Amino acid sequence: MFSLSINGQTQQVDVPADMPLLWVLRDVLGMTGTKFGCGIAQCGACTVHLGGAAVRSCLLPVSGIGDQPIVTIEAVGDSPTGAKVQHAWLDKEVVQCGYCQSGQIMSATALLNQTPKPTDADIDSAMSGNICRCGTYVRIREAIHAAASA
Amino acid sequence: MGHIELSPTVAFSRRTVLKTSLVAGGGLMLGLRLPGLARGAEAAAVFVPNAFVKIEPSGTITLIMPNAEVGQGIFTSAAMLLAEELEVGLDQVQLQAAPPDLLRYTDPSLGDQATGGSASIRGDWMRLRQAGATARVMLITAAAKQWKVDPASCHAEHGAVLHTPTGRSLPYGAVAAAAATLPVPTDVPLKAPADFKLIGTNAKRLDTPSKVNGTAIYGIDAKLPGMKIGTVAISPVNGGKLASMNEAAARAIPGVRDVLKLDDIAVAVIGDHMWAAKQGLERLAVVWEGGPNRAVTTGSIIAAMDKASQSSGVVAKKEGDAEGAIKAAATSLSAIYELPFLSHAPMEPVNCLLHVRADGAEVWVGTQVPVRAQNAVAKMTGLKPETIVINNLYCGAAFGRRLDIDSIEIAAGFAKQVAYPVKLIWTREEDTQHDYYRPYYYDRVAAGLDSSGKLMGWTHRVTGSSVMARWAPSAFKNGLDPDAVEGAADTPYEVPATLVDYVRAEPEGLNTGWWRGVGPTHNVFVVESFVDELAAAAKQDPVAFRRAMLQKNPRALAVLSLAAEKAGWGTALPSGHGRGVEVQFAFGTYIATVMEVEVTRQGEILPRRAVVAVDCGTVVNPDTVRAQIEGGMILGLGTALYNEITLANGRVEQSNFHDYRTLRMNEAPKIEVYPIRNNEKPGGIGETGTVAAAPSLGNAIFAATGRRLRRLPFGNQLQAS
Repeated sequence: MFSLSINGQTQQVDVPADMPLLWVLRDVLGMTGTKFGCGIAQCGACTVHLGGAAVRSCLLPVSGIGDQPIVTIEAVGDSPTGAKVQHAWLDKEVVQCGYCQSGQIMSATALLNQTPKPTDADIDSAMSGNICRCGTYVRIREAIHAAASA
Repeated sequence: MGHIELSPTVAFSRRTVLKTSLVAGGGLMLGLRLPGLARGAEAAAVFVPNAFVKIEPSGTITLIMPNAEVGQGIFTSAAMLLAEELEVGLDQVQLQAAPPDLLRYTDPSLGDQATGGSASIRGDWMRLRQAGATARVMLITAAAKQWKVDPASCHAEHGAVLHTPTGRSLPYGAVAAAAATLPVPTDVPLKAPADFKLIGTNAKRLDTPSKVNGTAIYGIDAKLPGMKIGTVAISPVNGGKLASMNEAAARAIPGVRDVLKLDDIAVAVIGDHMWAAKQGLERLAVVWEGGPNRAVTTGSIIAAMDKASQSSGVVAKKEGDAEGAIKAAATSLSAIYELPFLSHAPMEPVNCLLHVRADGAEVWVGTQVPVRAQNAVAKMTGLKPETIVINNLYCGAAFGRRLDIDSIEIAAGFAKQVAYPVKLIWTREEDTQHDYYRPYYYDRVAAGLDSSGKLMGWTHRVTGSSVMARWAPSAFKNGLDPDAVEGAADTPYEVPATLVDYVRAEPEGLNTGWWRGVGPTHNVFVVESFVDELAAAAKQDPVAFRRAMLQKNPRALAVLSLAAEKAGWGTALPSGHGRGVEVQFAFGTYIATVMEVEVTRQGEILPRRAVVAVDCGTVVNPDTVRAQIEGGMILGLGTALYNEITLANGRVEQSNFHDYRTLRMNEAPKIEVYPIRNNEKPGGIGETGTVAAAPSLGNAIFAATGRRLRRLPFGNQLQAS
């Protein structure tokens, strides 16, 4: 049994120790906003915040989390930065299929929390682990800049 | 609040979704309301004048979406077409995915209930506006009757009928029951373009709010009480058979519930969650017998195509004596162009949730072909199609992958073996290695120029698989696949003599399918690259050379001139940079692109800037047009640079995003899109940016380096030398 702090709530989950957080969220807790894309930390669709940092939940075993707080896409909008990012995503009409966007928004929010006024190089460095097959990068970049100046 | 009930593909108004999600915060659970069969006949009071509009006395206005939302924005654009004529605001409507129903939802231009070929807006342009207008006229008539006034003295506005002289109004819900009793009029006139309120505006997408807060439900997110989750392994060699497996080891994994076989071609491990299923499948240690394709390699496939391409094929276009003109030409050129097998790799791997019972089945899946999905489940289960409910959910992209139903068939083959609902999810590896791949194409082109450098004759022989022959056999006539030559037999150029023919050559060892941009993604690369070669041979500027052949094609000429102007064609660039141009007419839309590339001394190819001019006729949502070109271009560039599916020992060698790469944020060029607006018929847009990418990039590489790359992907071809 593991005790996890997810979006400000404590959740008890009875799962194998090596089970990645991704599947705990999706299949045990029913929180499907966090997406499965590759399973090998190559695409970023499964990005969540762990202790404020953007991490790939598909390779994060539940036993390695401890008491670090987890935030997912379902609650990222509760923070001022997350809300700004979501609104910038809507203003710039970033989304196409949307499947990668949970992860993009989690990575962008973590970036802005750490670097409130990111340069293009900062964006490249923080966002290159999140792929988008629809190709929304042009607008993701614009939206991050917009959120930074909002 | 904190619990909202969404039917699977309903996109609520933007405001509702945002507000609800903000209140609900964390573990928001979406109940899936079961539409369709279980609910019985609809109450007579509901106004359903046609297949696309439903208005309830409560005031709820539902628009039925005939096409799948795969990211292209069609839910919003289709809603705009309906709402324009229905006179409702986009904030007043709910959207619902159409059920499988060929009579009501067949795309007029595809002849199937399908989403593909950039056909949706062209198919919807008349039928959805007519559906909206017809409904509006009936609602006005019902209100006028109630008021006992002349319908001509009434008009409709924002979901209500108004009696213009007195200012009285009735919301649509209040007259829905009365409207439902009226005969459906025919030939209702449509608005003139000058009167459009929505069409042509940058209306906000209706699906977006739910896609930025995790509440949107894709196929992979569907859930049912008592549901189990499974993952699949299919023979890695096409046609191979299951030899052995260690079922006991799989069942020893905690949470594994079942190990299932499907006719020795596939196995599935079912568990309480995907982790158990994945672990179980690893422990299962499946051994496969290779079967007849076990020795197939990409090399053996290409060798067979090379041989096939040496004999003439079925004529797709013949004007004049092209071969004679080339023989008589002052200068003649010939070349072979090759394009690789491609996987679709949508971000959401294929998946399907089914609950198969003795008397019917419920299916939750994102599909581009709901009727085919229904038939696939029927075929595998023996159930009658009408007892199978297809809930079509958002697709985490498709690029053509979800035009095939192999994954649904396999899922049904497993689901019928168990009593509980089961969601089958393919791993990325399984998805990459068991796709219906974009065919390998092996194209021979030749042309002749006169002494002034004018093109006198052009031949193009396409050799490759026919997707059409498998997918829509009735469109495969006399050995000619119209898709295989699309973009080759109908170039925008005026050429004195042309011969285009097609040799069908089916590869061993893998299946082929539609891939974003279909025929044009293949042929425009070949045509535009070779036109560039001709311009170089004629010692002419590539834009000027094309202009000379477009004098009778004003729309193509206009996009070319606009792209060249905006890109600063002819101005100086730093050393190692080059600009390449391409022109295309595909899916009813004219596009010209100027790509700027940097090629480093190490041979790295870095796209820097893409300038695209587009004339797609009447535009429904200009921002969506821009988004599709931007995104399609990024997909096309990543594919042109990196992607190929190869076979060794009959097995696909790539497996995941590390060896089947996608362009990343740091590699994405600037993209500028310049529209030409007019009132011509709407053209398709969803695939056009992808078509434009490879030819413009290849031509830019030539401009930068003098090297002509005739084989995709470009990858490290410049580094190898």
